[in-house]
Amino acid sequence: MNNFWIILFHTYLSKLKTKSFIITTILTVVIVLGLTNINRIIDLFDKNGGKDTIAVIDESGQLYEPFKQQVNSINKDIVLTQYKGNEKDAEDKVEKGDYSGVVSIQFNDENLPVATFKAMSIADSSLFTDLQTGLQQVKTMLAASQLNLTPAQLQKLYEPVKFEKVALEKNAKTEEELNQARGLVYVLLFIIYFSVIMYANMIAMEVATEKSSRVMEILISSVSPIKQMFAKILGIGLLSLTQLAAFLLVGYYSFIKNMAAFKDGFFGVGNIPVATIFYAVIFFILGYFLYATLAAFLGSLVSRIEDVQQMITPMTLLVVAGFMIAMFGLGKPDAPFITATSYIPFFTPMIMFLRVGMLNIPAWEAFLGIAVLITTIVILAIFGARVYRGGVLMYGKSNSYKDIKKALQLTKNK
Amino acid sequence: MVLKLEHVTKRFGQFTAVNDLSLAIPEKEMFGFLGANGAGKTTTFRMILGLLDHTEGRITWDDQPIDYSTSHLVGYLPEERGLYPKLRVREQIIYLARLRGMQKSEALIELKAWLERFKIPDYENKKVEELSKGNQQKIQFIAAVVHKPKLLILDEPFSGLDPVNVEMLKEAVLALKENGATIVFSSHRMEHVEEMCEHLCILHKGSPVVHGSLKDIKREFGKKNLVIHADFSLDELKNFPGVVKSKITMEGIQLQIEGEYIAEKILKEIVNKGFIKRFALEEPSLNDIFIEKVGNSYE
Repeated sequence: MNNFWIILFHTYLSKLKTKSFIITTILTVVIVLGLTNINRIIDLFDKNGGKDTIAVIDESGQLYEPFKQQVNSINKDIVLTQYKGNEKDAEDKVEKGDYSGVVSIQFNDENLPVATFKAMSIADSSLFTDLQTGLQQVKTMLAASQLNLTPAQLQKLYEPVKFEKVALEKNAKTEEELNQARGLVYVLLFIIYFSVIMYANMIAMEVATEKSSRVMEILISSVSPIKQMFAKILGIGLLSLTQLAAFLLVGYYSFIKNMAAFKDGFFGVGNIPVATIFYAVIFFILGYFLYATLAAFLGSLVSRIEDVQQMITPMTLLVVAGFMIAMFGLGKPDAPFITATSYIPFFTPMIMFLRVGMLNIPAWEAFLGIAVLITTIVILAIFGARVYRGGVLMYGKSNSYKDIKKALQLTKNK
Repeated sequence: MVLKLEHVTKRFGQFTAVNDLSLAIPEKEMFGFLGANGAGKTTTFRMILGLLDHTEGRITWDDQPIDYSTSHLVGYLPEERGLYPKLRVREQIIYLARLRGMQKSEALIELKAWLERFKIPDYENKKVEELSKGNQQKIQFIAAVVHKPKLLILDEPFSGLDPVNVEMLKEAVLALKENGATIVFSSHRMEHVEEMCEHLCILHKGSPVVHGSLKDIKREFGKKNLVIHADFSLDELKNFPGVVKSKITMEGIQLQIEGEYIAEKILKEIVNKGFIKRFALEEPSLNDIFIEKVGNSYE
């Protein structure tokens, strides 16, 4: 077998077998499962199966029924019961935990309802909002009947205004599509961001470990550093795909199973545009190669593992900057700033992907971005391989970017 | 299969690490490199292996340049020892052997044989970080020779080992030579080179100061050592014409003299003075030559 493949599979398999890799993978799978099952988990912790029982003290004797009806139509999980005792007893029962809260309703001077809500804490604002909305509607109905409005008139009054957004561009995404795209792009951006940082780190560490344990000198006397560098980058790349495949399979399966409610909402899993996934894969792979190459040659410059982090910090900052810009771009993907930064190679993987995911940009723009990326990767690879070749032979205290020059000098012929 | 270095020079910027080095190391020969720290030994080895490009000159083996296409024929023990600390001995050696073009099964057989030879067969499944330094060195040595190289480059193979292990490794190196490997090795220890090498080269600040076969070098050096033990004072011999260096010892005196004829004169001078317990004319040791050529800067 060719040396290239031996190194590739050695890198892949030896990393795959490490405890830290297995633990991280399992932990992340658990988190993914947790996130996609979040509804169930929240339910699990809610007392009474997530239902709030509210005691209602109705001093008027007429308000309870309409109030109950309204609240029921807003939120089925709020159970109202009429409480016949006095307010003090009801409060005691709230303290004992029999009720989540108590509402006392009465008429005011104008014959309209006023109410007080008492609970152990008023931190649960959604419960209060629901109750308030219910009572508001009761009040509106009462006020309307006092004014002698017919139900038809009333309906007219409350009918929402018709207000549509229309994009003039032919293939522009509709509002609904945009929301779906935003969710998907957001998730994919996160995946690109995390994996680039994580796996680039892994490569830099791997190179630095071989260097600091001095096994490097034997390695480079057997296999050319360039071959070695790319075998390593591909090996870790394969590892990243394995890990991501595990996450995505588990995540997708669990998502489909548990979140049918969201299916047509934020994420729009039901109809993910094929092009978006295609571009996500392309930009993920290219982004990985870009940063992996950078990480490999930065890793080759340090002599001790402790210095790896320091050395690759600027690279990490680049990724973070790209991610920040992309986050800003989620809200305003057509900003000129976003368009400009999508052609800066270190940002392209995230920002160009954001643009193709959110906007309907012409295909040539996306391909220009891809071309810029590939060119940069090739340049970095050629340059990086030369630095790597010299860098792996260099041992010393200094760990600065001046070493790049030294490393290049080492490989110079004349 | 001659390893040839012709007028090889290596410069790092302004600094000349190796200056106009020419050598020819015939097949199945053991060649020793001597030099103080920073003399250019490791740089020379790295150039031979193609890890560094030489600035000038030519390096060939069997009239071919050494590159990655011949790496399966070359074994290398770097001065800075290093293996994967977390890998088991077996995984490690097999990985490195496969990179040198060996089959897995074949590598395993070789590994077992070597572990047996070094009397550490039960280390096969241990992690390298669990081994003592001396045993790590043995594993490192196995890594360099497991693929049966034709050209073996050993950078300070015996440093940091106890005498028993030095002997064990020496025997192994000699056995490899018997099997037809060309071996180049460097050492700080003169006696190792003196004992094992037919040819040697002393590097000083990148330049070869002595180069040739051990016998020739000693003959050309000309000077001899004279050891005299007597029951009378020999102190005055210090200033005897033709004496280059002298050292008073417990039992007498050690002299370095310009040639055999001086010994004759000294004997005539002292023969009637009393009882001479010992009068021995010795070949100069490599150590003497080294100190003479490289100077006292060497520790």
